Amino acid sequence: MNEALNLDAAFSALADPTRRAILARLAQGEANVMELAKPFEMTQPAISQHLKVLEDAGLVTRRVDGTTRPRRLAKAGIEAMDQWLAMLRKALEKNYDRLDEVLAAMDQLSPQTRKLIAKPRTRRRGEKR
Amino acid sequence: MSKLTMKTEGDTHIIATRRFAAPPEAVYRAHTDPKIIQKWLLGPEGWTMPVCINEARPGGKFRYEWTNGKGQGFHITGEYIELVPYSRIVHVERMYLPDPTPDSHVETRFDAVGTGTLMTIRMTLPDEPTRAAMLATGMEHGMEASYVRLEGMI
Repeated sequence: MNEALNLDAAFSALADPTRRAILARLAQGEANVMELAKPFEMTQPAISQHLKVLEDAGLVTRRVDGTTRPRRLAKAGIEAMDQWLAMLRKALEKNYDRLDEVLAAMDQLSPQTRKLIAKPRTRRRGEKR
Repeated sequence: MSKLTMKTEGDTHIIATRRFAAPPEAVYRAHTDPKIIQKWLLGPEGWTMPVCINEARPGGKFRYEWTNGKGQGFHITGEYIELVPYSRIVHVERMYLPDPTPDSHVETRFDAVGTGTLMTIRMTLPDEPTRAAMLATGMEHGMEASYVRLEGMI
């Protein structure tokens, strides 16, 4: 099995959410097609097709074990997953950096609290000034 | 403020924490007021959230729709289970990519730390493979956009 990373094939393989999910599953350990198909509402042939794309891209390798062909991440697959998760993390961080700015700019009091401050309660009848 | 931390716990949880300089009241409002949400929950540059419906009450629904203005987009729907102003939100959500992901159960806590807030998000997925899929397909928004941008760079 060719483990060399073909960048074009690898990123095109990663463009599909199901294939990224398969890689994430394999990052936790070897699995066969049946195990990989389980979390998806997809047939085993459909999963096999995705696996072929991942294998052709050098991200996943297979071995023979009796009648099954367990898949595992190739080194390139591990690197691609790391890169992918770093990007995911970056997008999350971007949101929260933006939230930092929004919080700095916004009035940090709730409308209720603001109302209480703006309009002290009116004096009840007979209450002294 | 302090960086985001993310870790898995057991087989089905993802825990994320982030500190903010603002008090819990403000951070809580930024998560429940649609006008504020639309300003920051956007993912990478260039993406917007044209639809932001948020009924922040127990049993209330929310729906967020994102687009990159070039024909790509996706959405999330969810329902609130419990809201304790300004300290705790419990909800379920799923992402449409376009097929719905399994529901994830999310508890968000806002704890006062000094004059700021420590936010802790605890996500619970149905099982371990689903969590792996969740981490890979983008538990936050804008992953597709990140990918597209990276692809343009190489």
